[in-house]
Amino acid sequence: MAKLNINGQTFDVQTEDHTPLLWVIREQIGLTGTKYGCGIAQCGACSVHINGEVMRSCSIRLGDVKESDKIVTIEGLSPTSSHLVQVAWAAVDVPQCGYCQSGQIMAAAALLAKNPKPTDADIDAAMTNICRCGTYQRIRTAVHMAAGDKVYGGPR
Amino acid sequence: MTMSVVSTVATPSRRNFIISTAAAGGGLALGFHLPSSVTPALADESGAEVNAWVVVKPDDICVIRIARAEMGQGTLTGLAQLVAEELECDWNKVAVDPITPGRNLARKRVWGDMGTGGSRGIRASQDYVRRGGAVARMMLLQAAANEWSVPVGELTVLDGVISHAASNRSTSYGKVAAAAAKLPPPDSKAISLKDPKNWKIAGKPMKRLDTAPKLNGSKVYAIDVTLPGMVCAAIKDCPVFGGKVASYDESKIAHLPGFRRVVKIKDNAVAVVADTWWHAKTALEALPIVWNEGDGAAQSSATIAERLKEGLSATSDNGSWQVGDAPKAIADAAKKVEAVYSTPFLSHATMEPMNCTAMVSSDKAEVWVATQNAEAALAALSEVSGLPLDKCEVHRPDLGGGFGRRGGSQDYVHQAVAIAKEFPGTPVKLIWSREEDQAHDFYRPISQFSGTAGLDADGNLIGLHLRVCGQSINAFSNQAGVVGGKDMRQLQGLWQEPGDAQFGYTVPNLLIDYVMRNTHVPVGPWRGVNTNQNGVYLECFMDEVAQAAGKDPLEFRRTLMANHPKHLTVLNAVAEKAEWGNPLPPGVHRGIAQFMGYGSYSAAVAEVSVGDQGKLKVHRMVLALNCGHAVNPGQIAAQVEGSVAYGLTAALYGECTVEQGRMTKLNFDTYQIMRLAEMPKVETVIVPSYDFWGGVGEPTICVVTPAVLNAIQAATGKPVRTLPLKNVRLI
Repeated sequence: MAKLNINGQTFDVQTEDHTPLLWVIREQIGLTGTKYGCGIAQCGACSVHINGEVMRSCSIRLGDVKESDKIVTIEGLSPTSSHLVQVAWAAVDVPQCGYCQSGQIMAAAALLAKNPKPTDADIDAAMTNICRCGTYQRIRTAVHMAAGDKVYGGPR
Repeated sequence: MTMSVVSTVATPSRRNFIISTAAAGGGLALGFHLPSSVTPALADESGAEVNAWVVVKPDDICVIRIARAEMGQGTLTGLAQLVAEELECDWNKVAVDPITPGRNLARKRVWGDMGTGGSRGIRASQDYVRRGGAVARMMLLQAAANEWSVPVGELTVLDGVISHAASNRSTSYGKVAAAAAKLPPPDSKAISLKDPKNWKIAGKPMKRLDTAPKLNGSKVYAIDVTLPGMVCAAIKDCPVFGGKVASYDESKIAHLPGFRRVVKIKDNAVAVVADTWWHAKTALEALPIVWNEGDGAAQSSATIAERLKEGLSATSDNGSWQVGDAPKAIADAAKKVEAVYSTPFLSHATMEPMNCTAMVSSDKAEVWVATQNAEAALAALSEVSGLPLDKCEVHRPDLGGGFGRRGGSQDYVHQAVAIAKEFPGTPVKLIWSREEDQAHDFYRPISQFSGTAGLDADGNLIGLHLRVCGQSINAFSNQAGVVGGKDMRQLQGLWQEPGDAQFGYTVPNLLIDYVMRNTHVPVGPWRGVNTNQNGVYLECFMDEVAQAAGKDPLEFRRTLMANHPKHLTVLNAVAEKAEWGNPLPPGVHRGIAQFMGYGSYSAAVAEVSVGDQGKLKVHRMVLALNCGHAVNPGQIAAQVEGSVAYGLTAALYGECTVEQGRMTKLNFDTYQIMRLAEMPKVETVIVPSYDFWGGVGEPTICVVTPAVLNAIQAATGKPVRTLPLKNVRLI
């Protein structure tokens, strides 16, 4: 049995050590905001925070997660959905289908936690999740907004 | 903006899920918050149904029924705006109720067609949903007039509050709804709808109604559905299209954790059922399967390309239209321009892989599925379960991407129901792996193109022959669309007829024809369908012809477009916004394109640079769109921005290659998708003429790639005639 600390709660998990953390979160814990997109750490739909670092949970094995590791999923980002990134996402009307947005929001929150005033180049480097609806322009705007940037004119 | 959402899709006893919004709209400023409180708005359990489209609750919440699918394109919000506009309700008290096909069937399809594709979600239902809103408004006003014994003509309504000025009385929709529901409805066809000039809710960039649950993980997509006692299934179809299952050895995986059993589906696929999807997928990968791959195994991208190339010079065609005598004009021309282009198969790659949860018992069958055609899903459920339609129901969470993949075929519904039949009374959730999703799509059809043009001594275009050769979607899935061997659908955007996807140039001698060359690969509509390939072919070739004529690409087009003023207006709008002709920074070059599809007119200007190593950078794109009526300019801009990403991904990276009869690019490591860093700045110019209703989700994709390719030609002096660009050395 493994013990996991997710969103401040401790969960006992009984499944094989090779199980990806993504599927533990979705199928054992029952938190489905973290999404399956590719299973090979390409798309980022499964992004969670582990000890403050954004990680692609589809490619982390349960056996590699320690009880002391603090995992945060999209459901645990803010108890009132009022994280600055979530507020900016709503203000800019970022999501289209929304499927990738849990991962996008987790990636943006991790970026801003380390780099409160990211440049466009910083955003380019950090925001590598795939969005098939193509919300990238609004994601960039929303990250700037969450950072408190007053004016955003976009890259040129 | 405040918004609350309840999703009940995970509970089989509750049939729909309701989104209620308390104060949508909001501003761009920070400072508001998203409430965590959740207020259920169950339209069918409280409130009065004034008519099929509108239910009013005692607290004045107006629940608007929505029949079309929401897959990110914003149709749900746009349709609600149209109903609310005529209803004259308070937009801040609007909730939506996505109806199910079972409910639609039970009420003799009062909500009309539920299919959502071809950019028809709004344009094909705008008239009857607006009339639905207007009828409800008239009934609500009549109820108030009856209560007060005053002529209805003396009443006014604003934001759902009805007033009678003469007696200084007022009431609200919620208070009169029960009485209104008992009144006979007026004749909806006799109603005059509002002039768009007077719109207050429609035509405005209202915030989407469905955003909040997408921000905190609470939105339940079909892949998230969890039911009591549910088991999960992973599936593998024969990797070679048309191949069969020869044998498999279930005993080799029977010991694996959570394993339940193997189910063979038809003669071509094998599913493993287990307690969790991860267990099912792991066991499926361990299952020894022997395939009878069949004739398709001899096919490859190379054999398919050869077959299409042969068709470019075929003497018979499968559909054409012409003006004058193009071959003769070209033969006699002072200058001749020729080029051959090609585009590959593409997968849709929705972020949410195909999936479907099914539960079949002796007297009821249900699925929970992301579908662009819930009524087709209902038909599939009935067919495979063997139960009549009225014993079937489709629960339809919003889609994690559609792009045409989740339309007519409903293949994953067939599969899930076939598996669930083997587990009576037990819900079975089937999820495709990304690899399965890439291996068994209905791909954008492969095609090639030859263009031949004749110029006179002054550089005027006097003859043009455009030939598209490739696979037919109709031949694969809609035989009725091929009439007498002719299939004009593959020439979408090059049609003679006005209205939907008309060729926008006048050429004195013109021949446009299609040669059908089918393959063993399944094909289907892919966001923008055939406008994508044909837009590249026409608009890139036009630039080659303009260059041969020594003319500016914009001016060259303008001289051919006098008879197509709507096409021209949009082209001019994009040129003006992009400041065509003004100097650009050193190394930056422009390209332009225009095209028509889905009843709408599109044009684009791209600004690109090509670095010393041939590295392409798309800096900025300006797109102009005339979609007739602009129901939500904010969402139209979002669709345009998204179309740039979808189009550019295809241009830069998109190709599904075939080896030994099967797809080889099975995940995002090889089937690359454009990331944020490559997203150009997109500026959208909406130029609605309000004399028609056009589509929005698809029309602009087809101008993205040709504008970029034409800018590359401007930068390098060389045309790009094959895609994707990752395979092309630009310098």
